[in-house]
Amino acid sequence: MALDGNVIGGLLLEIFGSDMTSARATCAVCGTVSPVAETTVYIRGPGTVVRCRRCGSVLMVVARIRELNCVDLSGVAALETTRADE
Amino acid sequence: MATSPVSRGFHRLSRPAGADAAKLPPGQHTTTDFPVLSAGPTPRTPLQEWTFSIRHGGKTLRSWTWPQFQDLPAETVTVDIHCVTRWSKLGTVWRGVPVRLLLDQVEHDAPYVLAFSDGGYTTNLPIKDVSVGGAWLAFDYEGQPLAPEHGGPARLLVPHLYFWKSAKWVRGLELLDHDQAGFWESYGYNNYGDPWREQRYAGD
Amino acid sequence: MAGTAVRGRLSWQVATVAAVSDETDSVRTILLDLPDWPGHRAGQHLDVRLTAEDGYSAERSYSIASADGEPVAITVERLEDGEVSPYLTQELRPGDQMEVRGPIGNWFTWGPDDGGPLLLIAGGSGVVPLRAILRHRQRAGSNAPARLLYSSRSLADVIYRQELDQYRGSAEVRYTLTRSQPPGWGGFSGRVDDAMLARIAWAASQRPLAFICGPTPFVETVAELLVARHYPASRVKTERFGGA
Repeated sequence: MALDGNVIGGLLLEIFGSDMTSARATCAVCGTVSPVAETTVYIRGPGTVVRCRRCGSVLMVVARIRELNCVDLSGVAALETTRADE
Repeated sequence: MATSPVSRGFHRLSRPAGADAAKLPPGQHTTTDFPVLSAGPTPRTPLQEWTFSIRHGGKTLRSWTWPQFQDLPAETVTVDIHCVTRWSKLGTVWRGVPVRLLLDQVEHDAPYVLAFSDGGYTTNLPIKDVSVGGAWLAFDYEGQPLAPEHGGPARLLVPHLYFWKSAKWVRGLELLDHDQAGFWESYGYNNYGDPWREQRYAGD
Repeated sequence: MAGTAVRGRLSWQVATVAAVSDETDSVRTILLDLPDWPGHRAGQHLDVRLTAEDGYSAERSYSIASADGEPVAITVERLEDGEVSPYLTQELRPGDQMEVRGPIGNWFTWGPDDGGPLLLIAGGSGVVPLRAILRHRQRAGSNAPARLLYSSRSLADVIYRQELDQYRGSAEVRYTLTRSQPPGWGGFSGRVDDAMLARIAWAASQRPLAFICGPTPFVETVAELLVARHYPASRVKTERFGGA
């Protein structure tokens, strides 16, 4: 079942230490820039697969390997987040 | 770090293994449903466009259309399947063409194969794991044509390995001279995936 | 960015069930006692983790049903083959504990600074975060105009019906019933389509902010319809719910 980046908000909070759902990701294949919340996400498999909604390429894969979160971000050419409030 | 509090009355969905325990690989539990797990959208290739190919070095050695594939001798098998996410289903019934019959139609001495599917999924296997026995190109599940969400029209069925090796929506086998990691293998999963030796992750 | 993004706490907190209340035959609202809750924006969700006696644990995400300042609540729909929702909607009782992480999600959120007019479109249990938006809007005394179009199988399946009906005058709430309608039903029937939106959606020229929440096919159909009505994609926020 295809969901969106909202559902991995908690996982990304764990990985990045802050909320990433509003972070803008640039697809390394088609160049589309979109908030992580709007990416297509597949969960509950051997890993979580995040795909570009425009071209379907894999942006990110998170696999929980033993006690680690193994994160492959090679499909993301750039990531922008707003700076934290102080 | 404090341990998590127990949520009173919560337990996993599946029935405890009980009498089936002896048939389960380590760390697995049985399930009565058939979870749908995927890494991407469900492809919908029309049967008149479907082909299964065996390729090597950029060349297609042999290819079957759906009618040609349906003409091949198929067998009905009952097997246990084991997913790396820890669910197992015992006694599942499939109908498929042994992969051995397909590989016998080409001359090859490649030691490895990479199964490739619609949507871009791949998984690698030593050729012996599909060419001798124990591997099918399956098109029926429990007496019905294989549903798209479970890999239809045809998927690989290799029950002696973790189920991610049983590639859904499979369209062919690439014969490889050198082993090459497929999708999950390149994201940290075991290159071989024997559930009986609990080979889930790279390095197991 | 308008409004204050609430920093979600990384760590799991222990939550104690304070009360449970059935909304429909298959939907229950759970009020949680979370002493260290940092506050939240309407539209955010929290993650729940349940641990069994044998150490098995399962995690799920649920939209926060309450507005900031109210006791934290989630509303859960029971999915027949689910592993967690049958437990939460049938077994769980006051005093039980779970772990919670959050609040999560800075994209699908609304605060009064974001303005309006607001178009909220809910499919089934997708109404939960949109109800939180309406509650927050009311508590904050915002005068951003708001309309909710809520698609449900039948009137009996409508969650928060009495509460939503009370917005008459301060927000426009319309239901569309897709499977069965009561005798004499004067509201919409059938799936959300362009003709229905023509009657309830703000004109694009009013620069509305849309929030769509529900099952994936519902969200995608409605989002496409709004974009076809010239809503800029950047002002159509979506949240897809899936079964588990």
